[in-house]
Amino acid sequence: MEDKRRRWGKFLLEVIVLAALFTVVQYLIATGLLNRYYQINLTLMGINIILAVSLNLINGFTGQLSLGHAGFMAIGAFASVIMTTLLGYPFMIGILAGMLAAAVAGFIIGVPTLRLKGDYLAIATLGFGEIIRVVLQNIDYIGGPAGISGISKMTTWPVLFIATVITIVVIVNMINSSYGRAIISVREDEIAAEIMGVNTTKYKVLAFVVGAGFAGLAGALYAHYFYIIKPETFNFLKSFDILVMVVLGGLGSTTGAVIAAAFITALNVVLQEYAAVRMIIYALILIIVMIYRPQGLLGNKELTRRSFDKIWSGRHVSSANK
Amino acid sequence: MLEFMQQLVNGLSLGAIYALIALGYTMVYGIIMLINFAHGDIMMVGAYVGFFSISILGSNIVVAMIFAMVSCALLGVVIEKVAYKPLRNSTRIAALITAIGVSLFLEYITLYFLTAQQRVYPDSAFPLHKYEVLGLVISNKDIFIIVSAVILMIILQYIIKRTKTGKAMRAVSLDREAAMLMGISVDRIVSVTFAIGSALAAAAGVMIGLYYNAINPLMGIIPGLKAFVAAVLGGIGLIPGAMVGGFLMGVLETLVSGYGSSMYRDAVAFGVLILILLIKPTGLFGKNTGEKV
Amino acid sequence: MSKKGFSKKVALLVLAVFMLAIVAGCGGDKASDKASDGDNKVGDTIKVGINCELSGAVASYGDNARNGALIAIEEINKAGGVLGKQLEPLVRDNQSKTDEAMNVSAALVDEGMVAQIGPLTSGAVAGSTPVMMENQIPLIAPAATANNVTVDEKADKVRDYIFRMCYRDSDQGQRMADFAIDTLKVKNAAIFGSTSDDYAKGLAKYFQEEFESKGGTIVAVEGFMNGDKEFRGPLTKIRGKNPEFIYVPGYYTEVSVLIKQARDLGLSVPIGGGDGWDSPDMVKVAGAEALNNTYFTNHYSVEDPDPAIQSFVEAYQAKHKKAPDSFAALGYDSVKLLADAITRADSADPVKIKEALEKTQDFTGITGKMSIDEQHNPVKNIVVIEYKDGKLVSR
Repeated sequence: MEDKRRRWGKFLLEVIVLAALFTVVQYLIATGLLNRYYQINLTLMGINIILAVSLNLINGFTGQLSLGHAGFMAIGAFASVIMTTLLGYPFMIGILAGMLAAAVAGFIIGVPTLRLKGDYLAIATLGFGEIIRVVLQNIDYIGGPAGISGISKMTTWPVLFIATVITIVVIVNMINSSYGRAIISVREDEIAAEIMGVNTTKYKVLAFVVGAGFAGLAGALYAHYFYIIKPETFNFLKSFDILVMVVLGGLGSTTGAVIAAAFITALNVVLQEYAAVRMIIYALILIIVMIYRPQGLLGNKELTRRSFDKIWSGRHVSSANK
Repeated sequence: MLEFMQQLVNGLSLGAIYALIALGYTMVYGIIMLINFAHGDIMMVGAYVGFFSISILGSNIVVAMIFAMVSCALLGVVIEKVAYKPLRNSTRIAALITAIGVSLFLEYITLYFLTAQQRVYPDSAFPLHKYEVLGLVISNKDIFIIVSAVILMIILQYIIKRTKTGKAMRAVSLDREAAMLMGISVDRIVSVTFAIGSALAAAAGVMIGLYYNAINPLMGIIPGLKAFVAAVLGGIGLIPGAMVGGFLMGVLETLVSGYGSSMYRDAVAFGVLILILLIKPTGLFGKNTGEKV
Repeated sequence: MSKKGFSKKVALLVLAVFMLAIVAGCGGDKASDKASDGDNKVGDTIKVGINCELSGAVASYGDNARNGALIAIEEINKAGGVLGKQLEPLVRDNQSKTDEAMNVSAALVDEGMVAQIGPLTSGAVAGSTPVMMENQIPLIAPAATANNVTVDEKADKVRDYIFRMCYRDSDQGQRMADFAIDTLKVKNAAIFGSTSDDYAKGLAKYFQEEFESKGGTIVAVEGFMNGDKEFRGPLTKIRGKNPEFIYVPGYYTEVSVLIKQARDLGLSVPIGGGDGWDSPDMVKVAGAEALNNTYFTNHYSVEDPDPAIQSFVEAYQAKHKKAPDSFAALGYDSVKLLADAITRADSADPVKIKEALEKTQDFTGITGKMSIDEQHNPVKNIVVIEYKDGKLVSR
């Protein structure tokens, strides 16, 4: 009884915090206090959070290193724009089409490649990500290398906010479900999981498909904010950008992914004029984090859940001290 | 038929470069099971060292190549000591992510100091001569690249099969702990492996510079990936496998872009990788119990 | 164990400090930039945004265009500025990305620019366009050649605030086709162009249309990708078709290697291309001999004896130790055109500048004499340049 009430209280608090965050930003935008420049970076932050959280499901929780996330983002972006700009359907349909297309692509690529082991899988996904880009560049219907321009701006703050929250909620709930436990068991010990009757291929593909679908969402949001999409934008360096966020935040930590995505976006703003330096810093982050804290800054999964609760509810959960 | 033969010649000289890079990949993988993602970038550094020693120090091509090989051997050892050694007992994914970090680091440090502008190898470093044999065009550069790739492979094979260090390398590759118990210094062997692999990459870098004339900081990425695929194709960990895999990749790519389209060429490389791994993960020459280096 | 942990921590600390130093260093630079901006406000300058590709895939274009633009600003300022005010360049890097181009424009609007020079590529210009239109600030694209840069083709509407300094893809492709048929008298041709950018694809398309409409035959169409270094496969195939002319639209980084390989394979027919060929690296990579009998359409020729051109070339060479390419010349001209428009408008108000830009008639830049047409494109000559023993000769 006590427990149930506490859970309700927590939920209510979450809703209030989120609503407050939403309203404050909405107010700042409406009154023009948050100018265009900051709005752009706020949008990038939201999109990066979606990308990092969804890649974390694959790389962090499932333990399958994918280096082709930008490819799925590209598919989501182009599929959504085909629906909205080229065929004239509403934005909502565009978003769903983008997610669906990316998820289907994730399935088609995931089924053969996920049989591969860790580092081979990484190279294969990197290859597929690049192939997606090259194929898109050679489809004249979507403008070839020039891509599509003149996309209406439909990614408003409410849309972005809701999409980001939904992504986090869906992925967190998935991880905490029985699916999630199966997925994590694959990461912890694939052979043992198999022996215990977990269909590892199924769960790996599932995580891959869900992750790809949300990358598609990020792509759709991206396309409808920046007016123009080109396949070149989604090259493997973009995948590495997302990987840096996941690695920095913690492989298997959703909060970590969120914080790291926000941090990296901000870092990008500070270093706008020093792109080469930015990449050098990214490189150092990858090396240093792997050597000194291979689980990422926010640590392993047990810590994640607890610290997640802490941050989420704004108070200490007693079990944290266990 | 003539056209096909010409395509084969084209493919073999491209393949020789892949083969040289693949040798380094395969050696490192054989010893410490690490995909040294930065291998292509070490090649790039080698190309730059060669460029500067020719254009600034005015050295001839042989000196430039030795200079590049020695500096990259050192670079390889330093990278291994700083970035990879602390990770020798962590997961392979952690090691791969570090390798990606090293790769980005080399690329962008070079970009930062030398700018994105491409550099041009002086043509005088290796003047071109063309030979026409039965309508086939073969240049001295083609011959130089193919012959030096084969010679380097033979030397490598000799080191591994006939010398004490080579024996130790094979031992470490087979069972690191047992090798350690037998009194082999694993650290030293790993360093030697990185030194040799990086030196070969540097040689490939100088050859690319000579062959295509232009070099830039990001030139290592794609050949690096292709060479990795070549190494897997031949059976990763096997010296002759890397060699044959490299030549096969070169010929395959040339044929695909010659008879199909350049667009499919890159897709073919990764398609081959996936097919090989699904059908015969040990590669063309891999035996499950074969000795690996 | 604890000792090892300790040394690890020390190493981490050192690395963290190193990273912080880099960040702080950059932040510091930026802060001092800002401070000097503030100082200049007192002197009341005219702020010109320079939104260029200084890093990323096409960094060299942005680099050169910026250099050209800065030389123009220096010259103007030395001569007393515009309307008695100095021009103040605000140089920003868009990393060759469309979203960063938009981001940079938004930042520049914030800093109070009256007009923007750049970006260089059509994609990045399209990224920047909405911000410029929304804030009613003119943009001069030095080198964006895609036809839809200045015109919204879907709505059939001119983009009010977007102008360009270069001719369009269609003009260039047609010019080379005319040249091949009328001057070189060839009847069939092969096309072997880059397929990874719209610029080269556009050139190839318009070349083919014009060539075929004039009765020529295209015997082969092949493609390569930017970053490629190996072209002998398709070249061997093209050799089998015996074309009299090969059109190679693309950038010098690939084209130089391609031409060398074509000549090595015994393809000695004339080869043609577009302004992407323009770079001193062409001769360095391909060699003077391989480049004989090749032609490309361009904005101007470095070896033109015109005094304005020669003084620009000298100034550029003195400062950057290399010859200015088309990007540099177009960047230079873009600033000169802007200054001219501000003078004619007699005001640094963005809307008035835009109106003056629209009325441009017979402006003389180093890339030729031009007028701006109703679609915001310059009407000017296209030069065809021949490589002769490593020298550029106007045809």
